[in-house]
Amino acid sequence: MKELTFETLIAVFDEMFGASLFWALVAIAGAVTLAYIYVLIRDRHISWSKFLLAQLSMPFGAVGAVLFLQAITHSQFSDIGGPIDVIVLLGVAAVGAVGMAILVYTVDALFFRKSSAAR
Amino acid sequence: MLNRRRFLGLSAACGATLTFKSTIANAKVNSLNTKAKIIIIGAGAAGAALANRLLRRLTGAKITVIDPRKRHLYQPGLSLVAAGLAGPDYVISKTTDWLPSGVTLLDEAVAEVDPLTKTVTTQKGQTLSYDYLVVAPGLVLDHDAIEGFSLDMVGKNGIGALYAGPEYAAKTWEAAQKFTETGGTGIFTRPATEMKCAGAPLKHTFLIDDIARRAGNSSKMNMIYAANNNSLFGVPIVAEKVRMLFGERGIESVYSHVLKSIDAGKKRAVFDTPDGQKEMDYDYLHVIPPQRAPEFVRQSGLSWEERWTDQGWVEVDQYTLRHRRFGSIFAVGDVAGVPKGKTAASVKWQVPVVEDHLVASIAGKEGTQAYNGYTSCPMITRIGQAMLVEFDYKNDLVPSFPGIIAPLEELWISWLMKTVALKPTYNAMLRGQA
Repeated sequence: MKELTFETLIAVFDEMFGASLFWALVAIAGAVTLAYIYVLIRDRHISWSKFLLAQLSMPFGAVGAVLFLQAITHSQFSDIGGPIDVIVLLGVAAVGAVGMAILVYTVDALFFRKSSAAR
Repeated sequence: MLNRRRFLGLSAACGATLTFKSTIANAKVNSLNTKAKIIIIGAGAAGAALANRLLRRLTGAKITVIDPRKRHLYQPGLSLVAAGLAGPDYVISKTTDWLPSGVTLLDEAVAEVDPLTKTVTTQKGQTLSYDYLVVAPGLVLDHDAIEGFSLDMVGKNGIGALYAGPEYAAKTWEAAQKFTETGGTGIFTRPATEMKCAGAPLKHTFLIDDIARRAGNSSKMNMIYAANNNSLFGVPIVAEKVRMLFGERGIESVYSHVLKSIDAGKKRAVFDTPDGQKEMDYDYLHVIPPQRAPEFVRQSGLSWEERWTDQGWVEVDQYTLRHRRFGSIFAVGDVAGVPKGKTAASVKWQVPVVEDHLVASIAGKEGTQAYNGYTSCPMITRIGQAMLVEFDYKNDLVPSFPGIIAPLEELWISWLMKTVALKPTYNAMLRGQA
């Protein structure tokens, strides 16, 4: 890599997904994150029942993210060749898990059991 | 009290501030006012990337790109097409997709450059004058140099030639796939000339071996890699690693074997070797022809006179890429007569150097950047793994991620880079953004 700046990364992701899909994904991720922060502030506490459901969804997010990446890159678990590959695998799984948890918590808080959330 | 509307309003304000800041940052790029006439011959990786970058650095310059090719090819993808991992469309886009609106595209072939009168003449007879000329037409695959071979043979009777373009790469996979199923002797060649991506013949060998192995046919395969000289790769430390991997996989190597001719009917190849000509029978043969500069480069007197005399690469300083005899001419990409660097990664490193020296020259100054011979090769060793090999003129390894991504280890992350990140990075480079 000659220069790995924020602008370069944006340009690369832009090319990876196409301009409209990339910015749509950024917007969706941003909107979900904002909605999550919003329900946290609105409710003034973490709902442990929602949090439990979110936690239960994490393994599905983790496995889903890894399998998706493997499917689009003709890869399998036996391709792990060194420590950095394990870190990448865990990183992808972690992103999938956290993303799924935030999504489930937010959707739950915004659209279901509103009465208990508002308390 | 925070309600939903107020929260959204605050968020929008933050977003607007960020956008505003980034707009200011973009406007800060220095732009030089000039009336200079710049001609870029070639709209490939080097030509397109340079056109985009120059347009950003210069205001008022007249930039003309000359290239008759309607299609732009993402050539790093050809190895994947020839292994059935991507379709031919993966590498094809339009030349016009990558050129900014501020440059003029002349879709004609160049017939001659006159460096004394500073003019370029096209094959249709148009003559254009220039203040600065960038020669970036790529190279020519000399298929006729292999006796008995023609491109219409590719895909049939066990003959592959993935360099010849996306359609031929797909046909190469047809022949190679059959070979991985039926088995036999596979011979993988490379030419004795300079060539683009010297890792590609090795990648093809590794991939076809891996695909046969996965199909459970490794016992039927007799894989032979025919090196053109006494080494498997130009960088000694990488050559040794490849030799070890070949040993593990049971891939045999023969050295100083240069493909001379083929008899497609008998499935027999003839090689020039130090001990004279040698015949070898094959069931699959991968042909990579000798590679040379386009004819107009040699006819116009731009080539090295004492080096690469059979190939005709442009005589440039290897650090500035400026012509050694004609100061207003630069060469970049495959056609440049430098010891290394016929890859897209080299182009990524070369283009900013040419940009620097060209813009400095217009401003009456000297450029400061130097090209150190950087080349990168994500050396695929099997489906799902690659070695991220990066090196320079000195044959030193120059890893981008030292201590994190080991250059001589077969890694999944290097494969992910090749299959996921490389094409977007390449496209961003074409737009002058990476």
